[in-house]
Amino acid sequence: MSATPAVMDSAVTVRGGAAGRRTARLALAGLAFVVLLGVVAAAAPWIAPHDPVRQSLRGRLGRPTLEAADGRARLLGTDQLGRDVLSRIIYGARVSLTVGIAAVVIGGLVGAGLGIAAGFRRGMTDTVIMTLADAQLAFPFILLAIGIIAVLGPSFPTLIVVVGLSGWVSYARILRAQVIVLRSREFVEAITALGGSVTRVILRHVVPNVLSTIVVIATLELARAIVLEATLSFLGLGIQPPTPSWGGMIYEGREYLDSAWWISTFPGLVLMLTSLVVSRTGDWLRDLLDPTLRGE
Amino acid sequence: MRGVLGFLGPKLLRALVAIWLVTTVVFVVMRLSGDPVPLLLPPDAPTSEILRVRRELGLDRPLPVQYLTFAANILRGDFGRSIHFREPAISVVKGYLGATVELGLTAFVLAALVAVPIGLLSAIRRNTPLDHVAMGVALVGQAAPTFFLGILFILLFSLKADLFPTGGRGEWKNLVLPALTLGAFAMASIARVTRSAVLEVLRADYIRTARAKGVAEWIVVVKHTLRNAALPIVTITGLQFGTLLGGAVVTETVFSWPGIGRLAIQSIYNRDYPVVQCAVFLSAIMFIVLNFAIDLVYGLLDPRVRPKA
Repeated sequence: MSATPAVMDSAVTVRGGAAGRRTARLALAGLAFVVLLGVVAAAAPWIAPHDPVRQSLRGRLGRPTLEAADGRARLLGTDQLGRDVLSRIIYGARVSLTVGIAAVVIGGLVGAGLGIAAGFRRGMTDTVIMTLADAQLAFPFILLAIGIIAVLGPSFPTLIVVVGLSGWVSYARILRAQVIVLRSREFVEAITALGGSVTRVILRHVVPNVLSTIVVIATLELARAIVLEATLSFLGLGIQPPTPSWGGMIYEGREYLDSAWWISTFPGLVLMLTSLVVSRTGDWLRDLLDPTLRGE
Repeated sequence: MRGVLGFLGPKLLRALVAIWLVTTVVFVVMRLSGDPVPLLLPPDAPTSEILRVRRELGLDRPLPVQYLTFAANILRGDFGRSIHFREPAISVVKGYLGATVELGLTAFVLAALVAVPIGLLSAIRRNTPLDHVAMGVALVGQAAPTFFLGILFILLFSLKADLFPTGGRGEWKNLVLPALTLGAFAMASIARVTRSAVLEVLRADYIRTARAKGVAEWIVVVKHTLRNAALPIVTITGLQFGTLLGGAVVTETVFSWPGIGRLAIQSIYNRDYPVVQCAVFLSAIMFIVLNFAIDLVYGLLDPRVRPKA
């Protein structure tokens, strides 16, 4: 409840007028894109024109065409095993979104929890958590991800956890700063003085106040998680064939770039578009909900 | 002296904690992977032989002892022997280091040399078509996944236009596409930060004063603006230099560039864990040392960050 006025406030006062309305429309369009992607992923079996794993030796490396040998359209062509590229992209959205959203939830829960704890408790808890965060930022996470997956073996759960844990630091850092400010506010003091427990203060008053921040970070993190998943799948450390994933498709099409450019290019363009739209949506949401984050 | 320590202390501590974390994670992950002995011996090795190797590797000792031995070995540069190359892992990795440094440095210099003038020009010609196009390209450059960018470059500039080779290392032509791919993200980020830093300075009173005095426009831009905008530009440039190392893994794989990133990936396929560990560890150390150095340079550049004497 208490989050609503704060959100409305910032939207109206900071980005009022035409500029604010434009940002709001853009953010809405971006969200619509994500929802559309989700619908496509969920409805893949009904939308996809062909079976994404069905091979056809005669239909190998087919150019994009409206009428293939069997008389049906192969709008984005077929791959080296004769599978329909468009259908595989549609099914690939499932992997991207599942891993992306699950990773955002894991990273968000861990990061928000630790960030709020650090900001609320201060002292040793704060020092330990923030040192860990700094240390994780101190080296490229993809190296760690590669090391862990190499040993544990690529699997869906490993992938989700690794991608999820790669993102906790951004939540923790920003929320910690916000909680420190919130904690010193009078209303928190009043609740504590009236006998409200720490859990109550955090759940009823701190969390609603930082919710819009979490939404902004989660959107930006979703774009990063989707790209990281595709990168790991491209390196052979993510989703294993024959399950279609965008990164895996780009990898498989690599050897056929000269003769069948469409195998890699189309999933790559879809991935790039998704990454661009989702991260821009995060930027717009930030301008709209939480202009104080701009410097981050 | 106390001031210098107060400034360096926390940063040094952070770097050391990061190195300790990398060491520990490598150790834990290695333990999780199970017994390495069967990988080292032929499948029909007798039990006595397995026990001998276990003792030799110290795997029969308690975990804390193993951990300390492991850390001590790493400090001496001993990562074990490569299963695939049959020589110490550290010398294998050293052989591939040069190529990665060459690629990383080229990408970095290219990114900085292209991005700063573009960002500056975008700021000066604000809201012109030039600004819009440059910043549009930068946005796409920031969002584009490195590996797909590399594939697009190969498709367009090697296969369709035949300007550059598709991969490998050799003459300067081999370096162009990988360096562009690896540097793209840094280039985009540096250009965007340069633009906003310059815009910020252009609003300052002293710029208006300089112009009012009739100082030539190019002097206003180069001397008054760029110098004062230098700090955020140097910071983002330094940060981007660090992230290049992570991107190298992907870029080297796409372009068959014989560096340690590609070596790490191939060693994973070969199940050559000593080499993977060594490559990951050395890259992490390089990254940490680099960030530490950047922190120092930052302190030198900005008097406000420097400790009070």
